[in-house]
Amino acid sequence: MSEQGTGSGGAPEERVPAMQRLLDNPFLLLFLGVATPAVLYLLWGVMELSQIPLAPQ
Amino acid sequence: MAVDAQAPSRGFLGASFRTCPETGLKVCSQAEALIKVNAVVAVVFLAVGGFFGLLVALTRWPAVHLLPADWFYLLLTAHGADVLLFWIVFFEVAVLYFASAIILNCRLAAPKFAWLAFVLMVVGAVLANVAVLQGESSVMFTSYVPMQAAPHFYLGLIVFAVGTLIAVCCFFGTLVIAREERSYEGSVPLVTFGAITAAIIAVFTLASGAIILIPTFLWSIGYISHIDPLMYKIIWWGMGHASQQINVSAQVAIWYAVAAMLLGAKPLSEKVSRMAFLMYILFLQLASAHHLLVEPGVSSEWKIFNTSYALYLAVLGSMIHGMSIPGAMEAAQRRNGFNNGIFEWLRKAPWGNPAFSGTMLSIVIFGFLGGITGVIMGTEQLNLIMHNTLYVPGHFHATVVGGTTLAFMAITYLLVPLIFRKEIMFKKIAQWQPYVFGAGISGISLFMMGAGTLGVARRHWDIGFSDAAMSFDYPATAFLMMGLNGISAICAAVGGLMFVLVVVCSVFFGKARTPESIAASPTLPSTGSAETVTTYGSEAHPKLPGTVVLVAVFFVAFVLYYYVNWKYLSEVWPLS
Ligand code: HEM
Ligand SMILES: [Cu+2]
Repeated sequence: MSEQGTGSGGAPEERVPAMQRLLDNPFLLLFLGVATPAVLYLLWGVMELSQIPLAPQ
Repeated sequence: MAVDAQAPSRGFLGASFRTCPETGLKVCSQAEALIKVNAVVAVVFLAVGGFFGLLVALTRWPAVHLLPADWFYLLLTAHGADVLLFWIVFFEVAVLYFASAIILNCRLAAPKFAWLAFVLMVVGAVLANVAVLQGESSVMFTSYVPMQAAPHFYLGLIVFAVGTLIAVCCFFGTLVIAREERSYEGSVPLVTFGAITAAIIAVFTLASGAIILIPTFLWSIGYISHIDPLMYKIIWWGMGHASQQINVSAQVAIWYAVAAMLLGAKPLSEKVSRMAFLMYILFLQLASAHHLLVEPGVSSEWKIFNTSYALYLAVLGSMIHGMSIPGAMEAAQRRNGFNNGIFEWLRKAPWGNPAFSGTMLSIVIFGFLGGITGVIMGTEQLNLIMHNTLYVPGHFHATVVGGTTLAFMAITYLLVPLIFRKEIMFKKIAQWQPYVFGAGISGISLFMMGAGTLGVARRHWDIGFSDAAMSFDYPATAFLMMGLNGISAICAAVGGLMFVLVVVCSVFFGKARTPESIAASPTLPSTGSAETVTTYGSEAHPKLPGTVVLVAVFFVAFVLYYYVNWKYLSEVWPLS
């Protein structure tokens, strides 16, 4: 139950926990938030569709 | 670090600031102006779209059956677009500017682009409305191919989306400025974090929208010969569903904001709440797959992974917020001295303040009516008993209207005095508004779900099948449900009208806030609320017996309703 997470300034040399560094980085979050659904929902879904054989003409 | 003197104005697009007399915050004049115009346009679309919703509901009331079939589908399309896209997104852009420039105390990035974004959004929204009202684009909200709308319908949506993307970029730019100018210390406050979540989901939403709408536009003008319907559905729902998660994130951020502003409530644990938002960022968008649960052509693995395993992590996030906001309120109220018994903190909360009552109703309606039913419909097996019935609009009116719209209304009661610096007019009407609107919306939600449980289809002009080749009889209760739905729709429309009346009159004709009126009725009652909402930090040692009881009630309701639906399902296939 450390209280480091309160971000009350603290000494700058203090090691910031990895999770907090992730949450403090909006652009890393942006990457994760776009890549996750792009792979798991869009890509995976579209791959399944493209494997459906076409009906013979 | 509030500046005490107004910086000299630097022309129309320069960064100038005023110091807010109520909060002491430094307010960027560009951000303020953009919040105003986006919010005003949002309310216009709510008024127009809400009116269309009333007409649609009156048509579905068998005894009234107001509109002819073509107008029904036309106005149903206009209703969906005006409220779910234009009202919500314009307001969200205002929320993004508020949560960045205002809460972080810094200037808005690239105001010229923010104005460009606004103009594009207005042009796109008007164009799409013109297309729909001309009558050649009654494709409804989902605009599934091979139904084809007029080219300017798609073009309008694309222009609107481009504008929104620019606005989202201005938001991210503002975050960068705030960090560089050190306008905050450590981590961003939770409300801003919620807005970051919304903006991230918006980027995925807009990307999916571009991938699908641009080819569809080209198809409508004849450049592309064919668009695969299932491909369309998958990518379209990457936009259509994910955009609802922007709403959820923005609305939760507002819940935290109102709790902080009105009660001085700090999050119980900022860390836990941020983790809950992280669950949204990672998993909420995957739930798009719940719209394809009955689709052949995609595997059960894909469906179940995206709608169950992954989604439940996001639902966990929602439940964390749902507990931690009432918990934060309880902790703050107990700190403020309402410490008797289990529920004094709740009884003595400011129920007469529409910002508070609107927020509470939003939490309750979203959680109990919207959230539980969403999890049920998102379960592959259970989905079969309500797919494409009125249960679906019943569910999402609880989420996007009872939840998001009501939350946006609630914070508007704070934005009018703080940003527009006008007194709220018609205080009594304002006081009743969230209750009237909330009751109406709960009614339409419950009665549409009731009708859906009886099998009544959504988007269906005539449940009497009067001119159909094969007749079909719904049980009489279904007709009763549709009548009750119509009555609730009138109630909701009255509540919506009350909101529009209060807000429009206050903004355009209201008395300006003066130092005396601010002293007499401060918008933020407890001292330190402004600081609570603009800084990072958690409640110290909360004891929350009341919240524990509320959460227990929620779980019991959840579990019971979940099993009731499995029971319904078991009756669909009699095995004996
Ligand atoms: C006075 C308030 C409102 C009333 C009475 C109302 C009523 C209705 C009704 C009766 C339907 C048609 C259901 C069907 O036949 O399938 C509908 C559809 C819909 N409503 Fe509302 N609504 C209201 C407000 C809103 C708001 C504020 C939103 C969004 C924030 C919203 C979003 C939608 C959407 C997306 C649809 C589906 C359109 C489609 O199927 O293409 N409604 N509404
Ligand atoms: Cu969805």
